[in-house]
Amino acid sequence: MNGKSLVSITDFSKENYLEILDLAKEFESRPNPDLFRGKVVGSLFFEPSTRTRLSFESAVTRMGGRIIGFTEASSSSVTKGETLYDTIKIVSNYCDLIVMRHAMEGSARYASEVASIPIINAGDGANQHPTQTMLDLYSIQKTQNKLENLNICLVGDLKYGRTVHSLLMAMSEFNSTFHFVSPKELKMPMVYKLFLENRGLKYEEHTEFNDIVKEADVIYMTRVQKERFSDPIEYEKTKNAYNLKKDMLKNAKPGMKILHPLPRVNEIHTEIDSTPQAYYFTQALNGVFARQAIIAKILGLK
Amino acid sequence: MHDKVLNVSAIKNGTVIDHIPATSLFEVISILGLHNVESQITFGTNLESKKLGKKAIIKLSEVYLMDDEINKISLVAPQAKLNIIKNFEVVEKKIVEVPENVVGIVKCFNPSCITNHERIVTRFKVLSMNELRLKCHYCEKITDHEHMEII
Ligand SMILES: [Zn+2]
Repeated sequence: MNGKSLVSITDFSKENYLEILDLAKEFESRPNPDLFRGKVVGSLFFEPSTRTRLSFESAVTRMGGRIIGFTEASSSSVTKGETLYDTIKIVSNYCDLIVMRHAMEGSARYASEVASIPIINAGDGANQHPTQTMLDLYSIQKTQNKLENLNICLVGDLKYGRTVHSLLMAMSEFNSTFHFVSPKELKMPMVYKLFLENRGLKYEEHTEFNDIVKEADVIYMTRVQKERFSDPIEYEKTKNAYNLKKDMLKNAKPGMKILHPLPRVNEIHTEIDSTPQAYYFTQALNGVFARQAIIAKILGLK
Repeated sequence: MHDKVLNVSAIKNGTVIDHIPATSLFEVISILGLHNVESQITFGTNLESKKLGKKAIIKLSEVYLMDDEINKISLVAPQAKLNIIKNFEVVEKKIVEVPENVVGIVKCFNPSCITNHERIVTRFKVLSMNELRLKCHYCEKITDHEHMEII
């Protein structure tokens, strides 16, 4: 991974995932405040994303590294018409690694070809957000004590949700059984279902929650957005069907955990926050350790 | 009739590209960059064809194409056949083959793709040819035949 860019979750292998997870665990149990000392990370947020940016900034500064960059395109030379090519070429001179978020799909892949230093994709439009997937894997491993043979339930917008697609690709390395719960209009795309079939993995599709809660080891919730529906009546009819409420957890496994990439709107009722299954806030903290591990690997420091 | 058409503009040396769908003639010209060729070129289009309905034909005098150039036209003329002519005789026949990657020919149909916002040479992996599916190297979205646009 040393010197390599992380643009898409498929850029890394299963062995890479496991190495990163081991290192994240090490950083969580034994903080290493000097590992990134003398390193400069360029943080280029052409599109604002406060949560992701703060998570990266926390990851770098807690290990003694420095961050330079901008938090939205309007505070950069992009507004003066500078191309992505020029911005990346110039910033490559100033730092050891670039973390970038950009609204255009494919922008991170392009930047990785232009830059003389590694790029970490912190989200390129609706395309990829691989560090989110690594923190999801870390959260699953931490709570289930394993990654193999788990029952993973993906809920909500499975058609456009990039986090569920990347998680599916990554978890397919670990013999998962998948349950997809979504409105008809937002079903898991065929290409991902074929991908699982080719690997001999089991999946089931559902339009409502019913009994699957009791089988699940992980319930991964996503937001169902109104603008995804061609028919607003269809949205009104289904919008509450994918909300999780406390009484729905009564038959859940004690070790089952609920994950969510956040922000949530109302798909997880706040009364769930105090249950042992709620994990989404700790999941966000795990992002700091996962990102530290990814950066350390790419910079060749571990 | 068919022979007569060929005879009218037979070339001594060069390449004949036959069995081009008539609707794809100008795309083939554009993909092969024939507007930059200085030697004699003859086009025929809307010719009768049992296989294609209406077909087009291009005769390039003193021009020989590399295989990777030939394969570029597979996107718009997959059934095209090439005859290499030496001294009025066909000395070699070639068919087009689907390349693994399509570089710099097709526009990505995804409006949010970075290739549609900066000067970037597009690049696609050919996933399937029977039902044309091109996966963008950048945005990872799939452009199919219906949405394909030649640059
Ligand atoms: Zn594209």
